[in-house]
Order: sequence, then C-alpha cells, then structure tokens
Amino acid sequence: MLEVRDLRAGYGAVEVLHGVDLDVGDDEIVAILGSNGAGKSTLNNTISGLFPPFGGAIRFDGEDICGAPSERIVERGVIQVPEGRRVFPNMTVRDNLLLGGYRRGRANRKRNLDGVVAVFPRLGERFTQHAGTLSGGEQQMLAIGRAMMAEPRLLILDEPSLGLSPLLVEEMFGLIRRLHEEGLSILLVEQNVMESLALANRAYVIENGLITLSGPADELLDNPDLKRSYLGL
Amino acid sequence: MDACANLTGHGCGIILASIINGTMTGAVYALVALGLTLIYGVLHIINFAHGTLLMLAMYGVFFLNQIVGVDPYMAMPVILVAAFLFGYGLQRYVIGKTSHGRDEITLLVTLGVSIVIENLALFFFTANERNIRVPYELAGIDLGVTYLLVTQMAAFGAALLITATLWMFMSASDTGRAIRAVAKERQGARLVGINVEHIFALSFGIGTACVGAAAALLAPRFAISPRIGYTFVLIAFTVVVLGGMGSFVGALVGGFIIGIAESVGGLFLGESLGQITISLIFILILLLRPSGLFGEKLR
Ligand SMILES: Nc1ncnc2c1ncn2[C@@H]1O[C@H](COP(=O)(O)OP(=O)(O)OP(=O)(O)O)[C@@H](O)[C@H]1O
Ligand SMILES: [Mg+2]
Repeated sequence: MLEVRDLRAGYGAVEVLHGVDLDVGDDEIVAILGSNGAGKSTLNNTISGLFPPFGGAIRFDGEDICGAPSERIVERGVIQVPEGRRVFPNMTVRDNLLLGGYRRGRANRKRNLDGVVAVFPRLGERFTQHAGTLSGGEQQMLAIGRAMMAEPRLLILDEPSLGLSPLLVEEMFGLIRRLHEEGLSILLVEQNVMESLALANRAYVIENGLITLSGPADELLDNPDLKRSYLGL
Repeated sequence: MDACANLTGHGCGIILASIINGTMTGAVYALVALGLTLIYGVLHIINFAHGTLLMLAMYGVFFLNQIVGVDPYMAMPVILVAAFLFGYGLQRYVIGKTSHGRDEITLLVTLGVSIVIENLALFFFTANERNIRVPYELAGIDLGVTYLLVTQMAAFGAALLITATLWMFMSASDTGRAIRAVAKERQGARLVGINVEHIFALSFGIGTACVGAAAALLAPRFAISPRIGYTFVLIAFTVVVLGGMGSFVGALVGGFIIGIAESVGGLFLGESLGQITISLIFILILLLRPSGLFGEKLR
C-alpha cells in the first residue's frame, strides 16, 4: 500500500532522514520506534507532504506521491493524526470535525460525523465547545475523530498516547486495534515500545535518520538489541 | 435640551445629529477595517497596501462613472469582483512568491507594492482631485435633528449588509471554516487537505474586496486623489487596534466608535481638529488595553 524508498528529507540545509526504506501493506499495523529526535515525525510529515523530500520515492497504491502537495495526499486517503494534535483551537468541536471532511469524505460527512460521535460520545457532549478549551485527552480524541472524518485508507498516528493517563493509553490502544480490525491500515509512531509491538504486525526502529532494525513485531519483541536500547534489559 | 446646552455649549439636537452622521460613516470605516483585520488575522501581516488598493478601487469607480456612465452603486459588484481578483493575484503571485513566508519581508513587499501603485496613480491619474456627481447627491430625508443624505444611508446599509454576509460566510461555510483554521493552525489545516496558499490568497482577496465595496460607497461623497487612501487606512488602523487585531466584532464596533468620535470631536474642536480625537483614542488604547476591546479572536 505504502512504499517508501531511500527517502532523504529534512529542513532547509539539514538532512534528518538519510535514506529510509519502509513498507505498509494492506490491512497492516506497522510500528515505528525510535528515540527523541530520531526523525519519526519528519518521516510522517514528509509522507503527508508537509515538507518536500530531498530525494527518494514515496508511492501509495503504486502511485508516486513524493513531493505532492498535502491536499493531494489527503485526497488519496493518507491521513495523519499529528504529534501535538494540531486541532483548531479557535473553533468548535463540531467545526473541527467538519473540517476533517474538507478534502475527502465530504459526500458522507453527516454519516461520518454520527460515526465519530458514536465512537467518542465525549466529543458529542462538547460539540459547541472550542477545541482550545478541551483537555489533552479530549483533544487527542478530537484529532483522531477529525482524521476519521476523512475516511482514511492509511492512518498515520504520531505518538497518540503522548500525555494521556495510563487508563486513557489503554483505551487508545484498544481503539487502534478496533480501527485495524475494521480494515484500516495504520502507521503507528510510538514511544510505548511493548504496547506497540504487541499491537503491530511489523515494526521498524529508526535511529539518527536511518532504519537500524526491522521485522515482524513478535520477533523484534525478543531482539536483544531492542531490549537493550529501549527497555534497558 | 438645556442640560445638554449647559454641559457642552451645544444643543442636544446637534450632538444627536453628529452621532447619527458618525454612525453612518462608521459603518464604512468598519468595512475598510474588516478587510484589514481579516488579512491580519489569517496572514499575520499588516497590509500596508490596503489604503492604496482603496484608492485604486475609487479610481475604478470614478472611471466607470466617467467613461461608461455607470452609477457608483451599480459599479459596486464589478469593483468588488475586480478587487477580489486583484487581491487574490497580488497575494498568490506577488507577495506570497517574494516573501518566502517571512513576515518582515511580507511587510516590506506590501509597502513596496503600495508605493509603486501610488506613483503609477500620480503619473496616470495626476494629483488632481476628482469628484463623482450623482443626480441624487442632495436627496435625503429630514430627521428633524439632521438631514440624512441618501448616499450616507446607502453607505451605512450596504456596509452593514456586506459585514453580515461576510460574518455568515466565515461562520457557516466550508471555506470560512478553512480560513479560520488557517488563521490559527496552519499545519493542522494542511493535514485536513486545506491548500493554505489558496486560503491566504482568498483572504487577501476578500480583504481587498471589502475595500472595493467601500470604494463604491465612498466615491460619491469624497473627492478622489492618489493620496485618498491614507485618510481612510489610518482610520482603519485605529479601528483595528481599538477593536482588537483580527477581531470581526471588534472591527464593527470599533468602526462605529471611531466614526462617532470623529464626528462629535469635529463638533467641539472643528472639522480639522476632529481627527485629533481619533489619534487620542489610538494612544489611549495602546496605553490602557493594547490587545483592543475584543482581544484577538478571529470570527
Ligand atoms: N521544523 C523543523 N525545522 C528544523 N529542524 C527540525 C524541525 N522539526 C524537527 N527538526 C529536527 O529534526 C530532527 C528530527 O526531529 P523529529 O521531530 O522528526 O524527531 P522525532 O523522532 O519525531 O522525535 P520525538 O520522539 O521527540 O517526537 C531533530 O533533530 C529536530 O530538531
Ligand atoms: Mg515526533
């Protein structure tokens, strides 16, 4: 579904990704693990078309989307829930959700809105509240709800559990599993190594802009290198 | 009546009259300020070309009237659309392309654009003042305390109508939502598939269209010259600062306050000193409430 080949990307003159190869197959959950500053968000944002890549290739369903503007990428169904949520603070929950269907899924907007409210009743209760006044957890729900409005084919989640209480983290992983069971392909960036590997089909470890480890999630779970660097074992 | 006279040396009637007159003009100030505040709210830049674009639009109205014989009010839709397209193109293909997203460059580019346009206007249109004569120039209704001109009422009504329409557009349409989204969260906007450059240009275009509409409303009442823009844009700046940068309601309320202040101030201090009231208000806001009456929300 998604093929990333030898991707080099960064900001201005600074190269952050030095040639990343990555695949997400149909109906897969793929986890990306890596320490702070490894380049995970840079990878996501380059796939989403927020920053032009320096080189390499990105294909979605065989189609070249490398360097395409973000609205073209959203149009194809690659939808990202970014790190830090990036909801529209000056707008109501309802307007935020409606904007989720701005470029894609517009025809079913009403139905999708009901769907999101069914998954997150909390958002329904706060329909007319400004997003900036929501709690962190509620904002995360809103960001995911907004993404669902676009009828994603590939959902990119950048640290969705960041800043959530342990109980909400559990809920979040439950939700991701459910979305996957409903047939969604997911690219999951997480610091929660154990949880992500338990959930994912495959995983990549990224360090200093390079993939250093990859494979089926259950194999990585037993990998001594990974254990050493991430779990301190 | 006498109470007023004792306090002010004027009758209540004449004060009431200048409040009414100020309100009429204030609506147009609000319209000009609305354009400025919209551009500021979305692009976070102060558009120094705003007044120049107003001047250009007033010449548009003037020439349509002189050459084609179109009534200024009838010219409004044409000027409005032309101003929108001009503003859209200016942002998308000139300001946006040259500024590389850096605010200080943007500022200089709008300043440069305004200097170029103004000098072209001086060259082609000369510094002579032009007046549009309409047959209903002196028509109006007698309210007792004052005689209200048709041109004043038309300006008031049309300015309010446009403001209301823009308000509805901003709060209930998809494009309006996209504009508000871009104003506060550009990256989030891109991630829902909003073309941010298009929205920038659209906002600049709408802001310029406000000025285009205002031009049609002002042209029958003010002499047109290449420097006319300054008068109004200075007032518009005051209105925007008073109302709160980026605030729609602020622009509307501020427009009325400034319109009334100018007219009542003129009554006490004389026509030419009346402008001082505006500057005084400006300084007072900066001292007492720099964020303006309505903070900095974009609605
Ligand atoms: N907008 C930017 N401009 C310049 N440099 C940036 C920008 N965003 C990120 N960087 C740099 O790129 C590198 C990778 O950052 P990135 O955000 O991709 O890391 P990350 O893996 O997502 O980290 P984290 O787990 O902390 O979110 C860092 O060194 C960071 O300083
Ligand atoms: Mg990150």
